[in-house]
Amino acid sequence: MKQQNILSQVKSLTFREMLYNNEVRAFFFQVATFLLIAGLFYTIIGNLFDNIEARGIHTGFSFLKNRAGFDILPFLGNYIQDYTPESSNLTVFYVGLINTLIVAFIGIFVTTFLGLFIGIARLSNNYLVAKLAGGYIELFRNIPVLLQIFFWYNIFINIFPHPKKSFSFFDMAFLNQRGLYLPKPILEDGFLLVIIAFVVGIILTIFMKRYFNKKHDETGVYTRTLGYSTLLILGLPAVFFLLLGSPLHFDFAVLGKFNLKGGMQIVPEFIALTFALSVYTATYIAEAIRSGIEAVDKGQKEAAAAIGLTQTQSLKLIVLPQALRVAIPPTINQYLNLTKNSSLATAIGYPELMSSFGGTVLNQVGQAVEILGMAMLVYLFISLCISLLLNFVNKKMAIPGR
Amino acid sequence: MAVNELQSTRKPPISQIGAILWLRTNLISSWTNGLLTFASLYLLYIAIPPLLDWMVLSANFNFGTVNILGFEIKFSEVMADNQNCGRDAACWPYIYEKFYMYIYGFYPREESWRPDVVYGLTALLFVIVRLVRNYKYKNRVILSMIVTYPIVSYILIAGGFGLLPVVETHQWGGLLLSLIIASVGIIVSFPIGVVLALGRQSDLRVIKLFSTLFIEFIRGVPLITILFMASFVLPLFLESSTNFDKLLRALIGIALFQAAYFAEVVRGGLQAIPKGQYEAADAIGLNYFQKNALIILPQALKISIPNIVGSSISLFKDSTLVLIIGLMDMLAMVNMTSNDPYWLGRETEGFVFVTMVFWVILYSMSRYSRKLEIRFNTENKN
Repeated sequence: MKQQNILSQVKSLTFREMLYNNEVRAFFFQVATFLLIAGLFYTIIGNLFDNIEARGIHTGFSFLKNRAGFDILPFLGNYIQDYTPESSNLTVFYVGLINTLIVAFIGIFVTTFLGLFIGIARLSNNYLVAKLAGGYIELFRNIPVLLQIFFWYNIFINIFPHPKKSFSFFDMAFLNQRGLYLPKPILEDGFLLVIIAFVVGIILTIFMKRYFNKKHDETGVYTRTLGYSTLLILGLPAVFFLLLGSPLHFDFAVLGKFNLKGGMQIVPEFIALTFALSVYTATYIAEAIRSGIEAVDKGQKEAAAAIGLTQTQSLKLIVLPQALRVAIPPTINQYLNLTKNSSLATAIGYPELMSSFGGTVLNQVGQAVEILGMAMLVYLFISLCISLLLNFVNKKMAIPGR
Repeated sequence: MAVNELQSTRKPPISQIGAILWLRTNLISSWTNGLLTFASLYLLYIAIPPLLDWMVLSANFNFGTVNILGFEIKFSEVMADNQNCGRDAACWPYIYEKFYMYIYGFYPREESWRPDVVYGLTALLFVIVRLVRNYKYKNRVILSMIVTYPIVSYILIAGGFGLLPVVETHQWGGLLLSLIIASVGIIVSFPIGVVLALGRQSDLRVIKLFSTLFIEFIRGVPLITILFMASFVLPLFLESSTNFDKLLRALIGIALFQAAYFAEVVRGGLQAIPKGQYEAADAIGLNYFQKNALIILPQALKISIPNIVGSSISLFKDSTLVLIIGLMDMLAMVNMTSNDPYWLGRETEGFVFVTMVFWVILYSMSRYSRKLEIRFNTENKN
């Protein structure tokens, strides 16, 4: 309808008037931009196909089925996918993806606690603690994260002992320059039930929490639920675990002649990478937490004290909910940064997506467009998920009526 | 008994003044506080002495005779080599020996005055910017410097044009390369970023869509994937597909990457401009270009300066990533120099040295950005 109006308007104009008509100009600029970009893409893609043909590079995704033919550092992705050099390139992709996700997951977990701790310490009344936390932030924030990864990796393999002289923790866990050896859990039939019990426990806790919150809203009676939740989340699986006759045992690492055998090896690359990423990202999270707490108006704390809340209640019910509203969005952004930075593992050879798939497979196959495209899509997908999460949180935390 | 004279005030109790009061309120005001102090002291105790010992007290400083600005300073009879440097503490003669590599990479030694002049010019640039702050034509002075500085620096470092011997880009390295990547990245990506930010704020749907797609795509992927793209795929995009310069490829990738981040920073500034400014510009009949160049951008850029500096700091940190595609920046020099058969196994010294250099630069940049933030904050407070 509107289009037609514009058209009829435009038709009635002389050429000179048209030149100065905003609608016409807007239309012209958009078409010009579109043509320019379309032309650019046309040339680029044309050149791409010419060059690919000229260099004899294959195209398409059939390389994914080919035999990979190289070893991957044994880690979680390897164990889950049962990777051998005979596996396909697609398996390498999955192995890399799993290894990326595990670094992101554990890194986010560690960095949250570290960041929270440093951020709160930064605001401590204790002069020394506040200065130490400030020093931590200034020190680690101003060193490139790649340098930190190299540094910790180098420290790890240089100061920890040779496997023969491993540090031993009660013969259950070992630490040497090849990594940390933990007992490997071996699940038997029925362990699934324990996991289900754990999940059910969490769900029940959520319902219980809702019920008591509702009761609190309606009657004003406050019930402490911490004991019940612990019982549900930890007790329920424990009962099942014992009922089913402990369906879990551990495979301990044993010190052999030259090396440790068995157990679950956590490679130094993983430890150095996760440690460096967590330490670096924690500086940003600490600053986010600090600015969140500082953003809470002083009057809020005074009001809480005036209506007789204790220090803990004031922190839990008044200060933290408001502080988190400010602190959570930048924190989630940092989670995304940590995930993206995990691709720096390429430099120390931890087999995550960009190192095993985007690195080794790319060198073997040479189909850069397809391989890098796949890797980029994965990161884009992760970014998309995290921004959806961010939008959800923002919506949930928005102050109603503002 | 009547008191006829004014009693002199008593001194406050010793526990209420000076160091003791400070200690009481700041370190041991309660049991938990005291415990925290103790824990912090313990942390310092386990961290600082071994570090100090490794870096200074037990370290080897036998540089031989060093010539600093014409003064001969004698540290020891002969320079220590890898054998008689201990393994338990830092061996600084190694850094002294490789210092040139860390700062200039493989730049020919007899030409090293050229990067030095560029370093000097860069410092001079900052000094001049400070000096002309209140000068009437300061914008013209700064603009002309911004235009001439990159050209002069390029001619000095790369050579050619029949003026100076050519130094190939693969010879550039060390801190020099890190600084080149960061400054070229910033200078090239800034105008692109401004255009993208304006594009994203534009009413023209097609332009807005393309800008948004570009920005979100770049921000969604790690820099490494873009560097890989630039080094493997970019040559395939071009007609002749001749192997064009590796550094140039990396720079294109970095500039595009940084442009997306600058675009978001500038967009933040654009969004902070009150709507009335746009309407006023429209009302006095300025066209789109005039409106943005004269009214909107000067204000928007000014309030986003602290974030622009912050983003530039990130770029400088990210410039270390180029070692993954085989460029020899300062971090790459650590691995490079520790492969020297005469100096095997000295990575730790290298990492510590490079860390110190990066830290000093980045820390001063971040202090500078904080200073700017405070300055611009007060100016905007009405």
